[in-house]
Amino acid sequence: MIDITSTPIAALALAENGIGYAEMQTYVTVMIALVVVMTIADLIHKKSAQYFFQAAEKAEAQLAAGAAPCTVGKEEGRLKQLSGGDKMGILVSTVVTDVASAGEFHNPVRRLVHILTMYGFILFNAATAMIIFGAAETATLAMVWNIGAIMLLVGSFWFWFGFKVDGQAEGKSPFSISIRKDMFSLSLMGTSLSALGWEIYGGGTGVWFALVILSTATLFGGVYWSKFSHMFFKPAAAYNKRIIQANGTNENLPHEVRFGGTAEDDEFQKNRHSMELLVDAPADMGLGIKREAPKHY
Amino acid sequence: MPTFVYMTRCDGCGHCVDICPSDIMHIDDKYRRAYNIEPNMCWECYSCVKACPHQAIDVRGYADFAPLGHSVRTIRNEEQGTIAWRVKFRDGRVKNFLSPITTQPWGTKIPDFRNEAEPSAEMRNSELLAFEPKYIRLDDGGLNTLESNKLSLKAGAEYHESL
Repeated sequence: MIDITSTPIAALALAENGIGYAEMQTYVTVMIALVVVMTIADLIHKKSAQYFFQAAEKAEAQLAAGAAPCTVGKEEGRLKQLSGGDKMGILVSTVVTDVASAGEFHNPVRRLVHILTMYGFILFNAATAMIIFGAAETATLAMVWNIGAIMLLVGSFWFWFGFKVDGQAEGKSPFSISIRKDMFSLSLMGTSLSALGWEIYGGGTGVWFALVILSTATLFGGVYWSKFSHMFFKPAAAYNKRIIQANGTNENLPHEVRFGGTAEDDEFQKNRHSMELLVDAPADMGLGIKREAPKHY
Repeated sequence: MPTFVYMTRCDGCGHCVDICPSDIMHIDDKYRRAYNIEPNMCWECYSCVKACPHQAIDVRGYADFAPLGHSVRTIRNEEQGTIAWRVKFRDGRVKNFLSPITTQPWGTKIPDFRNEAEPSAEMRNSELLAFEPKYIRLDDGGLNTLESNKLSLKAGAEYHESL
């Protein structure tokens, strides 16, 4: 059974033929080093950092050039130089909305699954590191470790069977596995399942322990081949999106000016002949095609 | 002008997959982001571009008639009932348009054909239907249905629940 007030880590360290905290610290340090090295390799390989710098430079150049000559509509008031305070505010809202509460997901179930997996992963790994580097286990840390592992288990399996498998449209079986494509999902599922299995079946250095080592080594050592590094560049992407929206460059997207926008914009767009049809229309038209959640893929 | 997806914007929601009439927008197995599996079969209908809630899909012009620097981007806002376009030419000129996509709240003006009266003889003989096939005019044997034509729908992903 799962005893949420203890972990098999401390039991293993205290056992007569166990593995000491020093060895565990070495293993965790190697895993952290692997994540760092692999993430840098991934950044270089995928050119993610280069992409963001190029996008930022492009936006800066657009800002410096000012509003484009506009033959229909208005461009005045579109661009805005952001102050340090503006950028700090955007950073805070990115952290709160996009990072901490997975705000990028419009599908609430997908968002819940992501939050479960993300916080499960963080709690589980943080508690593991604190127990190992603190060389002691407290009831609170053990509780965090267990709750984190359960959240990670629920989130990762829910993602796999509810989203990843995609049986409805693609006709895929949950057991049709591609190691390379599914490495990240499988190693998350494997880490949580093997950690809890290790605890349930009494800890020690048996098969379950071997599975824990295998799955964590795959999770942290496979960053270059998996999608692990998304947790580093997705916040950067969310911040970049908010910045370009605020400074008006917005990757050439149009402004929506039925409401808001500058006075000049409103005047022009509201007077467009077809927009007269919306003069008496309600402000909120409800949802059209988005009334139905996408489900046929 | 095939579509492509900005992976940093896409959240893999599947709206584009559902709406693509060519069924060429798919979700990538590994990254859970949408992508166009067959760009040369894309007929630039912009359905996915408009349906995307994150504006993560853009259309790439063929280099022969839309060389670098142009952009045609759009935001379809259902709640406001508008679609906004921003067309940027490669010489830097810009055009902005805002147009209605509905004039009534969505779903409030759906006709209930089941309770509508049958078209009168006068309507059926109207010159407006002069070149339409006879079955539309209901000349032969009244209303044509799947049943009257000894046809049936095959059960599938879309129909099996209702059959």
